[in-house]
Amino acid sequence: MEPPAPSLGHGAGFPMAPDPALCTVRSPVALQVGDVKTDLARPGVAVIDVALPPTQPLDLQEIVFKNSYTAFLTVRVQRRRPCDVGREGARKWVTCLWNHCLMPSPHTEAGSQDYFSVFRHQMLCDVDQVTAVRLILRQPSPVWLHFTLEELRLYPRGQQSLQTGFPSWLSNLAPQQQPENLHGGVPDPEKVSTEVQQLWVLTEMIRANQTAARIGRFDVDGCYDINLLSYT
Amino acid sequence: MLEQDTGLSLAIAQIVQRLKGSSLHSQLERQARGSLHKPEIKLDSLKEDIKEFLKTSGLFPSPCHPAAPPEHMKEPLVYMRKAQGSWEKRILKSLNSMCTELSIPLARKRPIGEQKELLNKWNEMGTDEPDLSLFRPVYAPKDFLEVLMNLRNPNYENGDQPSFRNHLGLIQVPLKVKDIPELRDYFSELGLNTGQLGIDDSTQVPPELFENEHVRVGQTVLTEQDSAAAQQYVRQGCPTALRAELWALILNISNQPEDILYYEQLKSNVIQHDLLVDSLIYKDVKLTASNDDYYFVFEDYLYQVLLCFSRDTSVLEHFSYSSATPPKSYIRGKLGLEEYAVFYPPNALSQLNSFIISVAPLCFLYHEPSKLYQIFREMYVRFFFRLHSISSHPSGIVSLCLLFETLLQTHLPQLFYHLREIGAQPLRISFKWMVRAFSGYLATDQLLLLWDRILGYNSLEILAVLAAAVFAFRAVNLMEVTSLAAAEAVLADLSTLKVMPLLQIFLFATVT
Repeated sequence: MEPPAPSLGHGAGFPMAPDPALCTVRSPVALQVGDVKTDLARPGVAVIDVALPPTQPLDLQEIVFKNSYTAFLTVRVQRRRPCDVGREGARKWVTCLWNHCLMPSPHTEAGSQDYFSVFRHQMLCDVDQVTAVRLILRQPSPVWLHFTLEELRLYPRGQQSLQTGFPSWLSNLAPQQQPENLHGGVPDPEKVSTEVQQLWVLTEMIRANQTAARIGRFDVDGCYDINLLSYT
Repeated sequence: MLEQDTGLSLAIAQIVQRLKGSSLHSQLERQARGSLHKPEIKLDSLKEDIKEFLKTSGLFPSPCHPAAPPEHMKEPLVYMRKAQGSWEKRILKSLNSMCTELSIPLARKRPIGEQKELLNKWNEMGTDEPDLSLFRPVYAPKDFLEVLMNLRNPNYENGDQPSFRNHLGLIQVPLKVKDIPELRDYFSELGLNTGQLGIDDSTQVPPELFENEHVRVGQTVLTEQDSAAAQQYVRQGCPTALRAELWALILNISNQPEDILYYEQLKSNVIQHDLLVDSLIYKDVKLTASNDDYYFVFEDYLYQVLLCFSRDTSVLEHFSYSSATPPKSYIRGKLGLEEYAVFYPPNALSQLNSFIISVAPLCFLYHEPSKLYQIFREMYVRFFFRLHSISSHPSGIVSLCLLFETLLQTHLPQLFYHLREIGAQPLRISFKWMVRAFSGYLATDQLLLLWDRILGYNSLEILAVLAAAVFAFRAVNLMEVTSLAAAEAVLADLSTLKVMPLLQIFLFATVT
């Protein structure tokens, strides 16, 4: 099942996140002791298995999902390691996120339908070359009828952002005003012309940026003769 | 970091969009232009440097998740959005049926003669006595309470058998509300050891102990024009002389010439077009404010403010964070064509009644119509709109009701049980107080002290705490009543109550 493309379009002009990885998300399986149908107690644990195509192990960057009444999330991954090549048998499952809290107060609604992202830097272990992901959902409160995660998407690693230390001038945001020193005579005409050019460029930019502020007209060309209100 | 980067870029883009064309934008650009000539600044790395700095300084809180659709930002819970949608449909149906029954158009352009007449009468619209007997209010507070009572989360176990899952009060949704230890922490400036206006300025207390110093600090805050400091300051109450300016400072109202011009434009809109909702406003003002002992003098002001308010399209912006959706209509003959779609009324708030009376207290503070108008509009889009729409926000009316019921149940369990047994659920009585922010029930000076705290804490939770405190104060009498009508009689008159001592005792001096 191919997950839908992310809807990040706010028109802001920042770089789009890479497309989500192809994977198969199975429906959640409740872990319960005893018969699922007749037992009155609710299972508080469910497991969602996500299988990735075996030939394309994923370098995981981000997991995005919409919560639906899950309180705590644990994520385990199965990785393909160079030492595994040639060796058959079960690969090890490693926990990369343990008991991440989605609902701070599980009996109440806070966080119950929110969108969440889990990033590689929050994970306990390295998540490169991942072949399978298992999400273990816990909901200790018995008041909710169902709990799961929706719109689950895995994002592969994109470009790495370069970490730079910020220069010292930013640490002092209120610089002292230095009065212009005109004792040296008339300022250099070249300097003045470059400054004027910069000013002109800025004015052009301002003119190009039309304001989005409303004018306040509520009618259409002076006419406000309307039908009944519409229900859609 | 990808998350912080995209979140930060989104926040920056949204703020730049908001600022475009405003005077703050040009001030910032002027400053930036000046700073560009400093030798330490490297233009090529400028953008990244600023981003890094903003990230590490913690000045930018993360906005809504980028994958979340816009309706999620208005209200994250799906069933609440649905409930708000059906409530709005009911109101639209009611307006439409009123329009067809009375054969009055929703909007009508006034003929020139009528426009001139209205312009002449602008300052004394209260003298008009139009026939309003056929108009009925769109809804009453108890209708709204019925809707809130019937809110159910489909994923919550609402069994018929009484169990710990069922709430004993009227509200049955499991929202997170603060308990008394958290409220004590949140409202720490109202504690017993901190001076308060409303308590420590009474005649028995010598002014040197608190009042003089407090007034002096207030004057300093005003000269500095520090909005954040003003918000902190009003938590202990505002001196009457400084209140108007301090509130304007907190709400960022400066009454520039362009604001006065904007108000005049709204006034001309009122004169040009006559709306059906105008008659509803007239009726409501006549029913509520004109009969009130304190507010009847402001009747004319109320018309001026409210009629202009219903034409103000800038109010439409608050719908991006309110759970409500503005009602639409189309120009006659152009049904379905989006270029001819307009909002009705222009500010898209057809449920104006039951809070009209919350304009009236502001008339004591502001005498200039355009400033009064702006203060009221800002207070509405910041706070009071939450009292009229269904949402899970901590200051929304649903959370306030639940907070009130939880506080009463936890700290006055006998009273709560007794009232429930006699069929007088406490929320039925206190709902009308909270939905009007106590306007029209408390004495005006006490009401303004309460609203000081709303502004100071930027939250309406204090309304629920006060409602519970009032019940606690009259608990002895309430334990003796045997019917809903008798309970209402005990709580009918709140005009003698002193707000701050009640709040202090309930929060800080009750044994938990």
